[in-house]
Amino acid sequence: MDKFTTHTGIGVPLKRSNVDTDQIIPAVYLKRVTRTGFEDGLFAAWRNDPDFVLNDPTYASGSVLVAGPDFGTGSSREHAVWALQNYGFKVVISSRFADIFRGNSGKAGLLAAQVDEKVVQRLWDWLEDHPGGEITVHLESRTVRAGAGEDAVEDSFDIDDYTRWRLLEGLDDIGITLSHDDEITAFEAGRPAWKPVTA
Amino acid sequence: MGKTLSEKVWDEHVVRSAPGEPDLLFIDLHLLHEVTSPQAFDGLRLANRPVRRPDLTLATEDHNVPTLDWDKPIADPVSRLQVETLRKNAADFGVRLHPLGDVEQGIVHVVGPQLGLTQPGMTIVCGDSHTSTHGAFGAIAFGIGTSEVEHVLATQTLTQARPKTMAVTVNGSLPDGVTAKDLVLTLITHTGTGGGQGYIVEYRGQAIEELSMEGRMTVCNMSIEWGAKAGLIAPDQTTFDYIEGKPEAPKGADWDAAVAHWKTLRTDDDAVFDKEIELDASTMTPFVTWGTNPGQGAPLGATIPSPDDFDEPNDKVATEKALQYMGLEAGTPLRDVKVDTVFVGSCTNGRIEDLRLAASILEGRTVAPDTRLLVVPGSVRVRLQAEAEGLDKIFIASGAEWRGAGCSMCLGMNPDQLAPGERSASTSNRNFEGRQGKGGRTHLVSVPVAAATAVRGTLSSPSDLTPIADLQEV
Repeated sequence: MDKFTTHTGIGVPLKRSNVDTDQIIPAVYLKRVTRTGFEDGLFAAWRNDPDFVLNDPTYASGSVLVAGPDFGTGSSREHAVWALQNYGFKVVISSRFADIFRGNSGKAGLLAAQVDEKVVQRLWDWLEDHPGGEITVHLESRTVRAGAGEDAVEDSFDIDDYTRWRLLEGLDDIGITLSHDDEITAFEAGRPAWKPVTA
Repeated sequence: MGKTLSEKVWDEHVVRSAPGEPDLLFIDLHLLHEVTSPQAFDGLRLANRPVRRPDLTLATEDHNVPTLDWDKPIADPVSRLQVETLRKNAADFGVRLHPLGDVEQGIVHVVGPQLGLTQPGMTIVCGDSHTSTHGAFGAIAFGIGTSEVEHVLATQTLTQARPKTMAVTVNGSLPDGVTAKDLVLTLITHTGTGGGQGYIVEYRGQAIEELSMEGRMTVCNMSIEWGAKAGLIAPDQTTFDYIEGKPEAPKGADWDAAVAHWKTLRTDDDAVFDKEIELDASTMTPFVTWGTNPGQGAPLGATIPSPDDFDEPNDKVATEKALQYMGLEAGTPLRDVKVDTVFVGSCTNGRIEDLRLAASILEGRTVAPDTRLLVVPGSVRVRLQAEAEGLDKIFIASGAEWRGAGCSMCLGMNPDQLAPGERSASTSNRNFEGRQGKGGRTHLVSVPVAAATAVRGTLSSPSDLTPIADLQEV
């Protein structure tokens, strides 16, 4: 996984709450056996609407999605994270993420930055005044910033310490766990014999 | 201070705990299906890692599989490739697989319990959010993403931050004709889709204790629909009776040792939950959704709400968008909503008890002329059991389509999909936009509501049906 320290990119306002993973990528797009190529399925149904934000050329190269509360609810499909990444998103900002989506983001290297609901509204307002404006997300200091003038938005975001550390260092989770192999082996030795096996 | 059930199960599985780190949890059972596993196996190959515990891993084919012509090659080449990829991965890495055509094939969350692999006090994961189903047995069970699937395959563990605990106590008894599905839909509308976020939930109280294992699975299945990390129910005699004699259940002295341990899996009297919710089952009624998330529901006897009924701006906007998508007018009685397709099945309501209930309502009645009823058993075993009891004949006689086992129209990855604008009453778990097919409109319902709706062609409960005795007199 690549290290994530800071990112600056065009902010894309997604003014919806409860954006479930079936909206991020419908099930019919989940049939690939690779981790790439899912950008076609990103928000597939909504992209049929000419007024949908991603159909606005201003946001064509957007990389910071600013969404309403309860983003990523529903299915556990990590394809939702991959679709956002394959499309070019590096960061999603929301006031509340579904647990599995947040976990998947941390594993795959997409930054899920949780902010106060008021900050989402201020970023939406700022983007309305500055369409195509850039948002900077700084992981070390856990801050999000848009603009420089009087109407600039600057605030902090939440991310758990462990995920932040892994993203900053670009660490492979499995490698870390396998360094504790002796502890896993010791645990296995103490499991009750009546626990079920499949083989 | 005592411990809650989920804290007991969690603590029994901590391999490593260190300050500033999430716990490293041992996983007792890892279930796999074709959609969320291929990239995980690829990751193992790239890093030259084996599956650490193939003996704690089980794979089945469910999401993509056709429910017609299941003895022929899968017609859709992309679906076929995904299923064939699972077969190759299972063979290469030594994982037990129940493929299409096998008598143990079916929806992963139906297969685990019916094999007896799902047992109290276990940790169970799968790359599927409805893994919470297995919590019905007093297990900590939750859905994971593909990176975590790879992590479990390689290490048989997961790094997990300890969730907060919540108790949902459902007092009283459910009235006749009101089911576990109505209970959980009522709960989700009460809490909203984010109400459980960050919590492992224990369902308790008289109404929960009175549920069958099938009903408990229905409740735990939908834990994820209100955002909970997992949902579980303390094991009791109902649980032990269900497991005993299942193919992979402990036998002899092992059974006695297992039950002795399982009986300790109860929340201590002096344990404290981080949050508690209480509901009264005796006031519950058949409950259906009108919107595009499982928290947008109402009693069947109500009318469709208006955006003005909500105080929060986000709820107003969400209601407006939902009514527009669903093609519904505020103020319309839910019983007047005409339905094109009824789907009985899924990991929520595709078990034998569900099919028996549907058949008991459909026996002697016929499906409305413009309505299609699809009955899809959750597994091959459920299909065979239903056929042994003659339920298939009742379904076919009523005009329903009797299908093979799989996830089917719950998410429409196979050919069982809604057409744009088509409206369904579905016993599944999600009414998201396009979930059952692009442009499809879904109302989540219980099994009795599904069966009655199929007969009348509009959202209905069995109490709306003409009694069979009166039908025979005509």
